[in-house]
Amino acid sequence: MSEVPHDLQHMSKRDNFRSLLNRIDHMKLELRGITKKFGALVANDHIDLTVEAGEIHALLGENGAGKSTLMNVLYGLYRAEEGEILLDDKPQHFAGPGDAMAAGIGMVHQHFMLIPVFTVAENVMLGHEETRAGGRLDLAAARTHVREISDRFGFDVDPDALVENLPVGVQQRVEIIKALSRDAKVLVFDEPTAVLTPQETDELMAIMRQLKANGTSIVFITHKLREVREVADRITVIRLGKVVGEASPTATNVELASLMVGRAVDLTVDKGPAVPGEAALSVKNLTVLDPHGQILVNNVSFDVHKGEILAIAGVQGNGQTELTEALMGLQQRVSGEITLDGKSLRGHSVRQVLDAGVGFVPEDRNEDGLVGEFTIAENLMLDRSNAKPFVKRWNVQRSALADFARAKVKEFDVRSQGIETPVGRLSGGNQQKVVLARELSRDLRLFVAAQPTRGLDVGSVEFVHERIVATRDAGTPVIVISTELDEVAALADRILVMYRGRIIGIVPGDTPRAVLGLMMAGEAPAGEGAAA
Amino acid sequence: MSIATPAVQPIQPAAPQDADFEVVRSWKAPIALSIFTVLSFLLLVVFGRTGISTFRLSTTSDLIQLPEVELPTQLTGIVISVLLLLITVISAWLVRSRARVPIWLIAVFAVLVLIGFLSWAAADKTIPVPGLLFGAISLAVPLIFGALGGVISERVGVVNIAIEGQLLAGAFTSALVASLTNQPLLGLVAAMFAGVLVSMVLASFSIKYFVDQVIVGVVLNVLVIGLTGFLYSQVMAPNAATLNQPPRFERINIPLLSEIPIIGPVLFRQTLIVYIMYVAVAVVYYGIFHTKWGLRLRSVGEHPQAADTVGINVARTRFWNVSLAGAIVGLGGAYFTLGSVGAFGKEMTAGAGFIALAAVIFGRWDPIRATLAALLFGFASNLQNVLSIIGSPVPSEFMLMLPYLVTIFAVAGFVGTSRGPAASGKPYIKS
Repeated sequence: MSEVPHDLQHMSKRDNFRSLLNRIDHMKLELRGITKKFGALVANDHIDLTVEAGEIHALLGENGAGKSTLMNVLYGLYRAEEGEILLDDKPQHFAGPGDAMAAGIGMVHQHFMLIPVFTVAENVMLGHEETRAGGRLDLAAARTHVREISDRFGFDVDPDALVENLPVGVQQRVEIIKALSRDAKVLVFDEPTAVLTPQETDELMAIMRQLKANGTSIVFITHKLREVREVADRITVIRLGKVVGEASPTATNVELASLMVGRAVDLTVDKGPAVPGEAALSVKNLTVLDPHGQILVNNVSFDVHKGEILAIAGVQGNGQTELTEALMGLQQRVSGEITLDGKSLRGHSVRQVLDAGVGFVPEDRNEDGLVGEFTIAENLMLDRSNAKPFVKRWNVQRSALADFARAKVKEFDVRSQGIETPVGRLSGGNQQKVVLARELSRDLRLFVAAQPTRGLDVGSVEFVHERIVATRDAGTPVIVISTELDEVAALADRILVMYRGRIIGIVPGDTPRAVLGLMMAGEAPAGEGAAA
Repeated sequence: MSIATPAVQPIQPAAPQDADFEVVRSWKAPIALSIFTVLSFLLLVVFGRTGISTFRLSTTSDLIQLPEVELPTQLTGIVISVLLLLITVISAWLVRSRARVPIWLIAVFAVLVLIGFLSWAAADKTIPVPGLLFGAISLAVPLIFGALGGVISERVGVVNIAIEGQLLAGAFTSALVASLTNQPLLGLVAAMFAGVLVSMVLASFSIKYFVDQVIVGVVLNVLVIGLTGFLYSQVMAPNAATLNQPPRFERINIPLLSEIPIIGPVLFRQTLIVYIMYVAVAVVYYGIFHTKWGLRLRSVGEHPQAADTVGINVARTRFWNVSLAGAIVGLGGAYFTLGSVGAFGKEMTAGAGFIALAAVIFGRWDPIRATLAALLFGFASNLQNVLSIIGSPVPSEFMLMLPYLVTIFAVAGFVGTSRGPAASGKPYIKS
């Protein structure tokens, strides 16, 4: 990953390769008065945006502010009602993504636009395939193409790897290669760090700088302040579909956040010292295997005490997910002991685990936490779908449910058009509030939150963190699984770092980032001592 | 590393102990094999028959005449039962030592069961092996065309339940056009058009109007059954001499190839439609996996939005490929009237479209595997025919179930983990 662009001669030897290094052509992008409506909702309200050639322009705004809509208009996926797009002062008309790409606009989508069962080379060539005799796909050419771009930026991407087998960070590089292979001069990154680990995020920042040095203009859509300040040349802030201001990267986090949210924001979690009680959850020699016998969690032992937050940190895919799933009874091949308040949890069904007083916020709220087509009220009773007061005999008690749902919506500040709104129509932040409201409304003996703020806006993050701390202060043991070091640092009383299915160490909550970063890379911390 | 870190507790990792695991090994294969072993033992040894089973390997017109193979029925049964037991024990041992049971072992097992059953059924009788296989191909031709159409359609993201309707429409139209023009080739072309027409209805409703694809497909089947049935009884049957006596395709013997022992007469003394089928299987396979057309088709069926963002028109790709699928299925329909039966009959496809659909899934959306699956189903059907002709002791009603039993067991037992195109059956709605 540390490779700097190779020397120019090496590239220019190949005529068939359209090297960006050789043709330093910058392009200026201008959006004028873009207005896009979805029914009554005005997603973009006369937005003006100018991205100068060769700059990194951050588009900052909360989820639902209209950033992605604006970029989809630019990319030809949506047709705007008003406004125009200019490239180098020439007006453009994009009927579809094909036109936008031809004009030199590339996009790295938030949800990757890659075919999981295709190889990297097939994904990159799709849509502009080169063929040989007999109409046969020229995979060799595509491979060379991928390898050349990959080498130039030090991506280390194997053109023959199946995309579904690649980590998300690498998949994102494939997206970048895809755009570059089409000669993109303006590259749009839509929330690129939402799925990345801290290391991958840092690497992406380096890649963006490198692209910029090569003359590519970059539009960086995000709601993460630290990243904006680190990499952007200019910042445009959008709120509720309108441009509310421009800022320079020297602005402070608090200034940016206030501009983005429209009110003063408290970025630090207000958290008193923990008052840990006795050990509640005890995990001993827990090992989890996948169906093929591969070890996912390797002989893990730890305790969680009442009234403390144990954060499980680690790069995505080091066994954290499987560990929580094993706790919840969602994994098949589990050995070892899991006891909660002296009672064994291992080998029980999810139902039994929930009834034992475990609250669970799953990693992927759309996949595992909510039923998108169900209403808010229905989602709030999913965990008690066979219990009073919501169900008597076989009938759902609509009025009892409605009262409960209204109370919860108010308590958790879920913003919607009412409790009958399908959850799928809510923003990510409001969806997560529904999950929290459901899980925290039982009597809990243990609360497990996996990636509780992934993809949420500043306001929602604040809210979720407050609730997690409140749960701890009520004396409940809390486990927070997070790949975000900011979050780990904000919440944890103790930090457990996982690497390749093992516990690298359990360290206090105030351990410096640098130490945690090294632990997440597999380096055991120095020194020995009695841990909590 | 020398950063002072207070209160650190490194935990020594230890290897997991095997004894602690509730390991889930898949005993599916050994259990299934032992059931078949017991059944075979009962049939071949306990209720075994005596006599000589004869297998005829050559037809009378073959250049190279192979001798007939004569097996003593009882001894064959015993030998085969022992072999089956052996394979079952090996598979159990493999699973115990956590290895997988190789697919070829299961194939050998299946062939042994088949030989055992045939020799049992043919005690003191003769089984014409080329005839058995030739008939299997004949019955498999419409299934293979249907399965190819199904593979293309599902790979591009549209579930094609309407294969049955496309076959029937093809059969009817080809009979009609070929009778009127006295040209089987024109009948073939007409069948393709009929298939395309049914496909286009399916495509328009499911792609343009987002109607549930399964429902459109089912309704289309019923519509085509009704429409052809009506036209048959009102128009075709009363004027059968002019409207329902299509000329059939002549058999074409391919020189040299048709003289290869056993497979020659089976594969290379066929009609034009069958030769078109061989080409179609190869072309569809090559096309789907090695050309631009196939790459785009698969991308649309897997992740239409990703295809859209690289400038591929999802709706258009789906529409034309589903239409193409209809044309291919139509050819299969024409085989009923121009290849095998020689006239149209009411509901003559008799569920072949659904068996073709099963072949698509059993063949894991791969043209070659789907073809093999269709051949298996064709073989099961023809086994029933042959055994009832030579007069086996099995009741013919029972034998009639055989192809469908094979279908159910094949699809349920082996498909389990296979994964179809991710976006198959899902409409792509652009905002």
